[in-house]
Amino acid sequence: MAAQVTLSAPPRTAFYNDPVIRGIIYQILVALAVILFFAWIILNTAQNLAAQNKSTGFDFLFQTSGFGISFTLIPFDRSSYYWQAFLVGLLNTLLVAIIGIVFATILGFVLGVARLSSNWLVARIATVYVEIIRNIPLLLQLFFWYFAVLKAMPAVRQSYELPFNTFINQRGIIVPKPLPDSEMTFVIVALVLAIVAAIAIVRWAMSVRTATGHYPQPVVWGSLFANLLITFGFGFVAGSLLTGIFPALSGIVGFPLIAGAVLAGISLTPYTRFGRAFIGFVLTWAVMAFLLEGMFAFVPPMVIALAAVLTAAAVAWIMIKGDGRPAAEGKFPLALAVLIIIAVPGLVYWLTGATLNFEVPILERFNFSGGVQLVPELVALVFGLTIYTAAFIAENVRSGIQAVSKGQTEAAASLGLREGDRLRLVVIPQAMRVIIPPLTSQYLNLTKNSSLGAAIGYPELVNVFMGTTLNQTGKAIEVIAITMAVYLTLSLTTSAFMNWYNARVALVER
Amino acid sequence: MTYSFVRQDMVDARGAPVNTSGPIAWARRSLFATPSDALLTILAIVFLIWAIPPIYGFIAPTGIGGNAVAPGGTVEDCRVENAGACWAYISARMSFFIYGFYPPAEYWRPNIVFALGALLLFPLLTPKAPFKRTNAVLFFVVYPVICFYLLNGGVFGMRPVPTEQWGGLMVTLIISLVGIICSIPLGILLALGRQSSLPIIKTLCVMFIELWRAVPLITVLFMASVMLPLFMPQGTTVDKLLRALVGVTLFSSAYLAETVRGGLQALPRGQYEAASSLGLSYWKSMGFIILPQALKHVIPGIVNSFIALFKDTSLVSIVGIFDLLNTVQAASSDIEWSSPTQAITGYLFAGFVFWIFCFAMSRYSIYMERRLDTGHKR
Amino acid sequence: MSDTSSATVDRAIDTSHMKVSDTDVAIDVVGMHKWYGDFHVLRDINLKVMRGERIVIAGPSGSGKSTLIRCINRLEEHQEGQIIVNGTELTADLKRIDEVRREVGMVFQHFNLFPHLTILQNLTLAPIWVRGTPKAEAEATAMHYLERVKIPEQANKFPGQLSGGQQQRVAIARSLCMQPRIMLFDEPTSALDPQMVKEVLEVMISLAEEGMTMICVTHEMGFARQVANRVIFMDQGQIIEQNEPEQFFSNPQHERTKLFLSQILH
Repeated sequence: MAAQVTLSAPPRTAFYNDPVIRGIIYQILVALAVILFFAWIILNTAQNLAAQNKSTGFDFLFQTSGFGISFTLIPFDRSSYYWQAFLVGLLNTLLVAIIGIVFATILGFVLGVARLSSNWLVARIATVYVEIIRNIPLLLQLFFWYFAVLKAMPAVRQSYELPFNTFINQRGIIVPKPLPDSEMTFVIVALVLAIVAAIAIVRWAMSVRTATGHYPQPVVWGSLFANLLITFGFGFVAGSLLTGIFPALSGIVGFPLIAGAVLAGISLTPYTRFGRAFIGFVLTWAVMAFLLEGMFAFVPPMVIALAAVLTAAAVAWIMIKGDGRPAAEGKFPLALAVLIIIAVPGLVYWLTGATLNFEVPILERFNFSGGVQLVPELVALVFGLTIYTAAFIAENVRSGIQAVSKGQTEAAASLGLREGDRLRLVVIPQAMRVIIPPLTSQYLNLTKNSSLGAAIGYPELVNVFMGTTLNQTGKAIEVIAITMAVYLTLSLTTSAFMNWYNARVALVER
Repeated sequence: MTYSFVRQDMVDARGAPVNTSGPIAWARRSLFATPSDALLTILAIVFLIWAIPPIYGFIAPTGIGGNAVAPGGTVEDCRVENAGACWAYISARMSFFIYGFYPPAEYWRPNIVFALGALLLFPLLTPKAPFKRTNAVLFFVVYPVICFYLLNGGVFGMRPVPTEQWGGLMVTLIISLVGIICSIPLGILLALGRQSSLPIIKTLCVMFIELWRAVPLITVLFMASVMLPLFMPQGTTVDKLLRALVGVTLFSSAYLAETVRGGLQALPRGQYEAASSLGLSYWKSMGFIILPQALKHVIPGIVNSFIALFKDTSLVSIVGIFDLLNTVQAASSDIEWSSPTQAITGYLFAGFVFWIFCFAMSRYSIYMERRLDTGHKR
Repeated sequence: MSDTSSATVDRAIDTSHMKVSDTDVAIDVVGMHKWYGDFHVLRDINLKVMRGERIVIAGPSGSGKSTLIRCINRLEEHQEGQIIVNGTELTADLKRIDEVRREVGMVFQHFNLFPHLTILQNLTLAPIWVRGTPKAEAEATAMHYLERVKIPEQANKFPGQLSGGQQQRVAIARSLCMQPRIMLFDEPTSALDPQMVKEVLEVMISLAEEGMTMICVTHEMGFARQVANRVIFMDQGQIIEQNEPEQFFSNPQHERTKLFLSQILH
């Protein structure tokens, strides 16, 4: 009996039924299978390569490429090396990705907010955009922009002329080329410094506002001054526009100056919103008249003038109805920041005598001389990527905003926070936590999708490297491995960022 | 002060004053609620007045106020100045867009495939239809086999048609269907592997998933078309379409794995614990308890992956397969129908076809999501 | 404590310019109607609330009680009649709405704390950005009210880390930090477990004892008996009966009131 008990105490199971051992066996089997599979592949590949008399290795990177690339950011010609071709492709990929990301973000946020607009028409237009664009393959959209739109543009001699000396034809868009002189460096440095300074001043003003309840006195005076100056500027522009519309006014000497001064004066009085409404009226009138004229060439000018005036009146009405904040609350020093960003570089520009000329493209016998030519491949790719990705970003933005419950806005409202503060302090911080992770993966998608540029001949990484370089060198494995490694690196960096961000902003729960 | 109050006569419900209902109230509320809303509405209307007539004029045939050339028109009509879309070209080339270079005498074979697919797919997607299991087996296992033999021929006296001659919408559908059918089981296995407690299996699955998700599909297709032949034993040739299929399957299985993983993670822990407390083995508890629930919840996600896959199939045109987009692209340089609007008409047509499929699927996905949601609350 | 008193002084300055005609009337609702689309949700509401009054609104769900108090700080807009709060009539004018909301605190059924801010930040947000209270002062006030609701030790935690009862007490403290003249409670205990209901009610009772003007939508009839001056019974969007709690509970007049009381008092 006793012997039996001791025997049965540790329950004996067959070793293959022990979950731990079973797990180990499974893993060894899988690992073996994978190793065997790779060994088989490598063996086959080696035999295939040997049969084709091909060698392996990365030494080809240091051979001259012997081909040209139509669009490069760094100098490249037929005598350049393959690694330079790789670099050209990578830079072109990054270029198009960065431009696309900037535009897609702007368009996507606008559309996302528009989809939630209380204005039915605006919401509907945004919905139609999103539903059409995201259900059509990107490649098809790229073909459309490239072959059906840009390649269908007129030949060089019949180029369309757009405002600001910009031309569009089969060979792309030709824009004036900025020719900065050496003093412009100072202006650019000043601009960067001014932006940094403006941000620092705003942040400081906000922290003082939080700590004491008032904006610091210098900032308040600065804002007042900036406000005056900016109002004067706008008033001047409005005055000039008015003299353009009513030539009779040009009889009054310096009418724009007088208008600017009067409006700046009004901005000091409690009637400031009437002054702003006047400026809004004139500017909207001018802009709408210009836009409508361009959009509806066949409509009689009277109708267009009337429509422009009506829209301008609507804007003026909005500005008069709009509530000015009670003076005691103090104002966000936006005007000051704007003034710093405009005035400091402007001052440096004037003091250093820097000049910024533009080399205007001129149509010659066969082509334009001067200007910068944006190749149609680049334009089509930027267009396609922006329009396509914006539809997805819009959806992320929409769901991010919707994720903030109505109760949050109501609670903020019941505490007396104004619309702007509700958005700034309560809704946006919460929505951004939801939006940023999918937004990052949309950026990554856009970067990966830029590889479709290969199909319309934009010389990005896949085109230059997996296309031309692979064809010429035949180093399939090396080239594909390098290309994939680039995308893998981008992707892993992005997900590392996302993990870091998620960990940082995760809401603390029980 | 006394507050005592008792209502003697109940106030009957009244119709709302004009300003809360009716079309005028609706317009006030949704279009002109605030001055800025009114401005936006005006701008939007201006935009629509500007944009819609030219688009309509381009798309609509001459009979109904447009400039487009209706099917049956001639190429000369399309070459007229200011002519709109050349729909005549689309209808003349329709069979090329659907079947590619498939021999016209054999069109009945793809037609049977289409009909059979629709016949099997419709009840599969209808939640209330009976025989789901049989239906699924038929669609996912039997149907692909039948399709292959029907299209490829070489049996029952059917003339062999090599895959080089397949094309058009047919190939687009084949690639996306095969892609999804093969990547569902692979994706499930990968998702289970990623959730597994066994470190080697988990690492392998994570590496596989992350690798394919990190790279663009176009590099995968290049890799499949260039490297697959290198990987095979000497003398083996791999069909071009098959290479693309392998690439697409590997790629989409990685995405599907992540979708399924979402479903697995969303299941309450209790389900896992309940399953193992019943003494079920790993595979039994997965197969009977966990996966059926998890998969049901990720149906919308799977449909969305399928939409992405369907759009992505257009990339196979880059490795020289004649899918819908590539047939349209190829036909657009067709001299016989050359006209200023030839290319744009082709893209509009292809875009419309893709859009119909994707939009229908996304509606279905939303419908399923709602259904599953209510199932949850009950 | 000195910080708190200076905050009170601030408020005195703030309110001095207010055009209060009848200082004793806190809220005056006259012949008010509201529709949701075509649904007549509030019908002919007449309600005058004096300063320092504690009013409990009871009634079956869907009777419009929450809508009524949400109209009082214009979270919902009414279509007919007048709502005058602290002498300011509520119209579409945003300035008036802001003015009223600064003086009226509201506590929600689901707390609606800001999950991305700490408890202390939740409490100081509005004083800093609405009243322009210096941060240190706002924090002192916040700590004072956290002590009143008996959870000063949670000041640096996030709402997600607190129990429901604690969250609701924070929500009350958050409203009090704006030093409102009127407090609205929208079913403050409905989302809470029984033992948490008690801790929230204790806070509300102590507020009532200090003379705060309160309107509470609640099913806590014990609370109504103990602190209310007046109980209002609503059904089908109208006020059916109102009376002092003693009378209301012991001697309901209207059939609907009797039915309702028999259902909830078992």
